[in-house]
Amino acid sequence: MNQEKHEHGCSCGCHGDQPKPFEELDPVLDHYADIPGSLITIMQKAQELYGFLSVALMRHIAVETNTSIAKVYGVATFYTQFRFEPVGKYLIMLCQGTACHVNGSKLVEEAVMDYLEINEGETTADGLFTLNNVACLGCCSLSPVMMINDDTYGQLTKEKVTRILAELKENASSGANGAEQLAQEVTA
Amino acid sequence: MKIVIGAGSCGIAAGAHKVQTAFEAILAEKNLDVTIEQTGCIGTCYLEPIVDLIAEDGKKLTFVNVTTADARRIVEDYVLGEDELKDLQISDSDLTMIGKQKRIVLRNSGIIDPERIEDYQAVDGYLAAKKCLTELSPEEIIETVKIAGLKGRGGAGFPTWFKWDAARKSPGKTKYMVCNADEGDPGAFMDRSVLESDPHALIEGMLIGAKAIGANEGVIYVRAEYPLAIVRLQKAIDQARENGFLGNDIFETGFDFDLRIKAGAGAFVCGEETALIASLEGERGMPRLKPPFPAQKGYWNAPTNINNVETFANVPWIFRNGGEAYAALGTAESKGTKVFALTGKVKRGGLVEIPMGLTLRDVIYEIGGGIKADIAFKAVQMGGPSGGCIPASLLDTQIDYAEITKTGAIMGSGGMVVMDENTCMVDMARFFLDFTCKESCGKCTYCRVGTTRMLEILNRITQGEGLDGDIELLEELCYKIKDGSMCGLGQTAPNPVLTTIKYFRNEYEDHIYHKKCTAKSCKPLLTYTIDKEKCVGCGACKKNCPVDAITGEKKKVHEISQDICIKCGKCFSVCKFDSVIID
Repeated sequence: MNQEKHEHGCSCGCHGDQPKPFEELDPVLDHYADIPGSLITIMQKAQELYGFLSVALMRHIAVETNTSIAKVYGVATFYTQFRFEPVGKYLIMLCQGTACHVNGSKLVEEAVMDYLEINEGETTADGLFTLNNVACLGCCSLSPVMMINDDTYGQLTKEKVTRILAELKENASSGANGAEQLAQEVTA
Repeated sequence: MKIVIGAGSCGIAAGAHKVQTAFEAILAEKNLDVTIEQTGCIGTCYLEPIVDLIAEDGKKLTFVNVTTADARRIVEDYVLGEDELKDLQISDSDLTMIGKQKRIVLRNSGIIDPERIEDYQAVDGYLAAKKCLTELSPEEIIETVKIAGLKGRGGAGFPTWFKWDAARKSPGKTKYMVCNADEGDPGAFMDRSVLESDPHALIEGMLIGAKAIGANEGVIYVRAEYPLAIVRLQKAIDQARENGFLGNDIFETGFDFDLRIKAGAGAFVCGEETALIASLEGERGMPRLKPPFPAQKGYWNAPTNINNVETFANVPWIFRNGGEAYAALGTAESKGTKVFALTGKVKRGGLVEIPMGLTLRDVIYEIGGGIKADIAFKAVQMGGPSGGCIPASLLDTQIDYAEITKTGAIMGSGGMVVMDENTCMVDMARFFLDFTCKESCGKCTYCRVGTTRMLEILNRITQGEGLDGDIELLEELCYKIKDGSMCGLGQTAPNPVLTTIKYFRNEYEDHIYHKKCTAKSCKPLLTYTIDKEKCVGCGACKKNCPVDAITGEKKKVHEISQDICIKCGKCFSVCKFDSVIID
């Protein structure tokens, strides 16, 4: 396909009259332009900025780094950290490590799925919660464990996990304290 | 007086920050001049949050499972009063957990503030590096490591000196020192703890190794799932650079070495050296054939040495105390200490560091305090998805690379997950295969397709649809996958299945031929019935049954129709009278 590249270097076919896409990523691309082997790092930063890697975003990274889109997509899909769908405000990472498994993480997973009415990998209709299973969070002595955004919750039971989710839901609707504060309130 | 709060990931998850806030508020309220410091993880994770109170004369009291209410009591009754609050202090039996250990890797964990380089220097930090850079030749450094008998702690147990020597002898101006901190083994967290609690020990170990092999650049490949570790490590690298322990002309010897962090993106196979290198280069983390080994052609095709966090953390101690002192610990074949993440159904879970040569029984019963609720011990899983399950009859096995390998498990990176009578071993094998099947990179057909087929068979067995011949088919697949896979992931993936078949064949047979799960863990194999004596006819089970399998009138005994029941377990969890029986 002989598609003319326009001024801002994207390949979306907008004839260059659209605002430059993914402008926030420019400093990252500039910083890593001369450091070989930075594709994963660039995608990590891009995901931090935009929440997930859309096809347009991956295409943009491919063009800017002079890499084929196939390679960008290939690397992105290899690693579990990269997401291709938007995630909810609260990303629940439910640990499925050995210690958590032995101490009943399946029951916790059922409780989360029952309460939020979603399956693993899905996001609630209100866009608040996404449930992801992860390999091991390394907090095995507090198992079963989950992380919500950057906060860790340990020694979970069905009741405890339902309470945590209910409180987060309430906080989100009242705009009150975030996950961090709650993490400490619930666990202490 | 100063207050020191344990703030590793476990401590924070258990509420350390909230306890700290409470102390700050109470100290401000009482107008007391007491400093609050933080430290890493001492390893007794089940006691978190842990708070030490250290008086001017050095007297230290350790309070455990501290709540915000306890914080007030500690300030009012101890700091301002005379009461030492025995009920909040660490108990003697908990102290024995720490007392029976020999802490080399964890020497500073839970003692120093990981975010202050002064604290590390106060315990003779960077003196070993200074000695190595200013007094020893690369050959002498490698010789000391050889005398110590240090082996790679990441899993394979390859002699560290040999790898260093190969990288040193490999021609090339540019060489790299890489640390594998991609602790992907589910059930192991010792590397996270070292990164969070004593990051300078890793940096110092890498600096010494870099001098030995002649590397001027180092990379630490850390899991992205360890955000706190990354933050602390970055702080430590910055401080080391400011203090002249990284950068150019270190200790005025003309030797240059600098370090950076690369965050992994989540792939278990990246624990394999060549896969890790591919990932460092921004590629899919797929292993390649060896040779050439990384010592010959590694990162960007330059000679590269890779060790894991625990291995590096041993190095400064070896140079301060001598290789002989390290080799004096352990067994003839395995020297020094090993850190284990003791978890699962054990009373005192956490990180334990022991000299090699203790038995599994010592660790689980003496240090770990035995099994939770005193249920019978069934097995201990060592080595994660590459390891195996060791049964009760082998509890007196010595912890030593060769001895553990004889059981069919491996030493691995140090995960030790304890299982009791209620753990189904077929389900455990299924759990690990599910993991390796997902994590297989797909390069070798035997690993990619073979693990998928094995998982299908194990799923079938745990769902009550096991067939005659399944055990033999599993064994055949196991050996073929071992032979047909290129890297460690595929070669070891069958271990959990092989060991569970070897030691718990009866459980497989119960599942397949009698459709029974003795651990009562595989739901499709259970039957739910109602105890006629206990049922009061409250109707809770009937109301909650999603498939209307329960019938009965109010205040009369209810009944579950086995034809309709989907074995979801709802009735069991809602019954307040314990009248639902699982068999």
